[in-house]
Amino acid sequence: MATTLKPTDALMGASIKRLEDGKFLTGRASFTDDIKLVGQTHAVFVRSPHAHARIRGIDAKAALGMPGVHAVLTGEDLKGSGVNPMPVGWLLPDIKIGEKHALAVGTARFVGEAVAVVVADTPALARDAADAVVVDYDVLPAAVEAVDALKPGAPQVHANAPGNVAFNWQIGDRAKTDSAFAGAQTVVRQRLVNQRLIANAIEPRASAAAFSPANGELTLYVTSQNPHVHRLIMGAFILGLPEHKFRVISPDVGGGFGSKIFVYPEECVVAWSAKRLARPVRWTATRSESFTTDAHGRDHVSDAEMAFDADGRIIGLRVKTVANMGSYLSLFAPCVPTYLYGTLLSGQYDIPAIHCEVTGVYTNTTPVDAYRGAGRPEACYLVERMVDIGARALGMDPAELRRKNLVPAGSFPYQTQVALAYDSGNYEPALDKALEMLDYKKARAAQAAARKDGRLIGIGLSAYIEACGIAPSQVVGSLGAQAGLYESATVRVHPTGKVSIMTGSHSHGQGHDTTFAQLAASELGLAIEDVEIVHGDTGRVQFGMGTYGSRSAAVGGTAIYLSLQKIKDKGKQIAAHLLEASPADMDFADGKFFVKGSPSKAKAWGEVCLAAYLAHNIPANIEPGLETTSFFDPGNFTFPFGTHIAVVEVDPRTGYVELNRYVAVDDVGNVINPMIVDGQLHGGIAQGVGQALWEGATYDSNGQLLTGSMINYALPKAENLPSFETARTVTPSPVNPLGIKGAGEAGAIAATAAVANAVVDALSPLGITHVDLPLTPERVWGAIQNAQKRS
Amino acid sequence: MYPASFEYHRATSVDDALGMLQRYGEDAKLIAGGHSLLPLMKLRLSTPTHLIDIRRIAGLSGVRENGGGVIVGATTTHSEVAASNFVRAKLPLLAEAAGGIGDPLVRNMGTIGGSLAHADPKADYPAVVLALRANVVVVGKSGKDSMESDKTFTGMFTTAVQASEMITEVHFPVSGSGNGGAYEKLADPASGYATVGVAAQLKVEGGTVTSAGVALTGFGPKATRLSAVEAALKGKPATADTVRAAAKQAALPGVTPYQANLACVYAERALIRALERATAK
Repeated sequence: MATTLKPTDALMGASIKRLEDGKFLTGRASFTDDIKLVGQTHAVFVRSPHAHARIRGIDAKAALGMPGVHAVLTGEDLKGSGVNPMPVGWLLPDIKIGEKHALAVGTARFVGEAVAVVVADTPALARDAADAVVVDYDVLPAAVEAVDALKPGAPQVHANAPGNVAFNWQIGDRAKTDSAFAGAQTVVRQRLVNQRLIANAIEPRASAAAFSPANGELTLYVTSQNPHVHRLIMGAFILGLPEHKFRVISPDVGGGFGSKIFVYPEECVVAWSAKRLARPVRWTATRSESFTTDAHGRDHVSDAEMAFDADGRIIGLRVKTVANMGSYLSLFAPCVPTYLYGTLLSGQYDIPAIHCEVTGVYTNTTPVDAYRGAGRPEACYLVERMVDIGARALGMDPAELRRKNLVPAGSFPYQTQVALAYDSGNYEPALDKALEMLDYKKARAAQAAARKDGRLIGIGLSAYIEACGIAPSQVVGSLGAQAGLYESATVRVHPTGKVSIMTGSHSHGQGHDTTFAQLAASELGLAIEDVEIVHGDTGRVQFGMGTYGSRSAAVGGTAIYLSLQKIKDKGKQIAAHLLEASPADMDFADGKFFVKGSPSKAKAWGEVCLAAYLAHNIPANIEPGLETTSFFDPGNFTFPFGTHIAVVEVDPRTGYVELNRYVAVDDVGNVINPMIVDGQLHGGIAQGVGQALWEGATYDSNGQLLTGSMINYALPKAENLPSFETARTVTPSPVNPLGIKGAGEAGAIAATAAVANAVVDALSPLGITHVDLPLTPERVWGAIQNAQKRS
Repeated sequence: MYPASFEYHRATSVDDALGMLQRYGEDAKLIAGGHSLLPLMKLRLSTPTHLIDIRRIAGLSGVRENGGGVIVGATTTHSEVAASNFVRAKLPLLAEAAGGIGDPLVRNMGTIGGSLAHADPKADYPAVVLALRANVVVVGKSGKDSMESDKTFTGMFTTAVQASEMITEVHFPVSGSGNGGAYEKLADPASGYATVGVAAQLKVEGGTVTSAGVALTGFGPKATRLSAVEAALKGKPATADTVRAAAKQAALPGVTPYQANLACVYAERALIRALERATAK
């Protein structure tokens, strides 16, 4: 792609208020749970209370005897009716896939795994009946922590995965890295735990299905970030439903953060039982079910080593990571701790030798998959912690050590040692701007003065790299993806000139109704209200890969842009015909097709649209109508970047961490709507700070989730966050004609490391070099006590 | 999410509520704000078959003065207590604690009577009523009883209030001048409950601490009066040194080293502010 769009039009780059917010703020949105189906019944799942147990028998007699109960179905019923196990959508060499059925067959492998489903007239009745189903369990010992699950004698989660190893994967050059370490002046080592997180979208997962015996069509409403992916995987691989008779609708969806990408057991069971019972069936997760059954995120234990030469240049990075995959491989789980993690370990730095080994491990815990950032926050946390640990060992300022090692501005595209080639970048100005906004010198002086008074103030940097819009399809296919990663867009111009855009991207908080309309209205010279964005319905949208990995604007937006160009080209041909001019001489601006150099020889947008549909007077070689579809398959990922800085104060008496300032300079390429990008950054930063200070899913040794509710799983709250100070630099991406890089995950990627570095910086006068996440008061206080004992 | 089935009754008077309590016995539960009971019912950890709503009983809600002290009706919400100018002036400790319970939604629905009757081991109010030596007024078939706060809490989620009785109001005594109190807590970042909470009330006369009420919540089965701290204050000069020394007595046996540290730090912080208020001109 040669040209880069200049966002000169008023619509592009304008902070237009979100068009979709009216319905959300006034309760008029239509979420899956709001959609009522005639004759609907309600499903409640009977779930395993044990982390690992053989199912000896299921007695449903009492439940089936309750008036209003239609069915109690089990894994045996499901398997017996030809429903296939749930597939894995990303395959690695020698991967061992533990078979997973939508309802457990024979063995339950995590607390919360669905064992049976009860379908009844009301949800309360279904719950009463579910309580009356008696499951006879033979409780088995559970493997919980991944590191322990690898030890000899650990309980085995799947018979076909000896030692609980799901896969071993590596990237980089081992020999080159070993020799770099052999010649290093300074080597720093640290074990880093990236704890397990739970996404907690505000809308719980839900599904509702209706089968029409009249035409054999099954319609499924489901909280999905990618309804076409749901249709393909459920239809073709699990349930055996023909795609043309299977419609998946993902209506308004209240947040996903990755957790709604995957195909889950519940929607499969709901769809299957609706067909089996010939009655609509619906289910909405309770928050307790969200905690135990939504895919979790992160959960890595890594041994990291970073090698420096005498000048403070990073000459090698060696990483061994154990990734807890949970009890089964969730849909895209294998790519998260591998291709979305190991490939990002060069960060913003020119590191000449990197080697990373990852072991994916089965445990009797909730499956782990992509959660906002998916692999990239883990990589950023590791690299940025190691750079800080290195700076301390070298006695260098952490900002200057980073500056010394940045990939230089003139070296893009930059080929890393871990497969990826960065599209474009200019890292130093973002670092400088963040330091300037903070007034770094002044902040360091204030820190030094405070230390004299016994106060522990810390400043932490995180210079992050993100990878968005994973692509191209051919490459990801060769790496194991069982899907393409393009996006499609149909632009349908109506005879009156109004525009409907069917996009394969899916908005569940991102604001596509606004940003995509801005793009289209800007390109066509229309009022934003004249453009409608349609998404989330396989019956209305041609095809789509959905929204995740910060891909919607860069990939989905570009597909729209390409269709808009084709529409304008066809419009030029029609206008030229009407004006008796040559199409080559036509131009389009301000909603008018005109002859170059003679703006008065013009046809308005509406005239051309009507002419296209009347077809009374169009060129002989073109078809009537004005509608086109494009598929955009990018040539590379895009790589947003930036520098975030956190300032904290630690209460030495209690270990309590107060986040006092947060400065974020991000480069997401060109921006369609700054307000929406800021919103993405703010939300992501909050989640990243959450991981640093509060969040963490913990299990006891029996595999019981100890943090299964809002009472004991601490999500970030506005009252605990400062006002974020944000700014941007702009380095357009050459990968797409819009120059967009993506913004959805940047905050979550950068923030955890920034805050962790700040806390350790605050504690450094005590000789503390590392504290594991989350940095709770008790943990920080413990680190202070240990340090005081040592000294 | 879906509680077991139950019957809902709206009580029109205290007598009506007591009558229903008697009629339905162990199967009945009183409900006011519902912020403790309903989550338990949704999880089916509690399955009462009769809910008796006392929220609309006239006269059970509100703050009033009584002989220099403060009376808070059982169905008074936390936000009403926190916003009451009278409470803020007379008992800043009480207003402060009420204003820090949970979040605005909890404070707008949750009630003082409900919180005390529920007796969550990490709730704020129990420490406050202990420190202030409040009396909890309980009405039952045998009449009205003014229960000392020291005798109210018997264990985790249990009180001396019988199943056939209800709390109607809480009396907070305040006498003369030189009073000052404060509440300090480290809120759990998830629940908002006290990881540790210390309520402290001091009376200072002629430069001497003449009475001290200090209580802690957050550890163990129930809120506890810190008698050793109180003893280390009473009769001592009203100085920061006294307070700091006394706060060191806040570490109760049987807690973790971190909890012991938190108890002392938060006792000191609460006492320092209580002292400032008690000695403010």
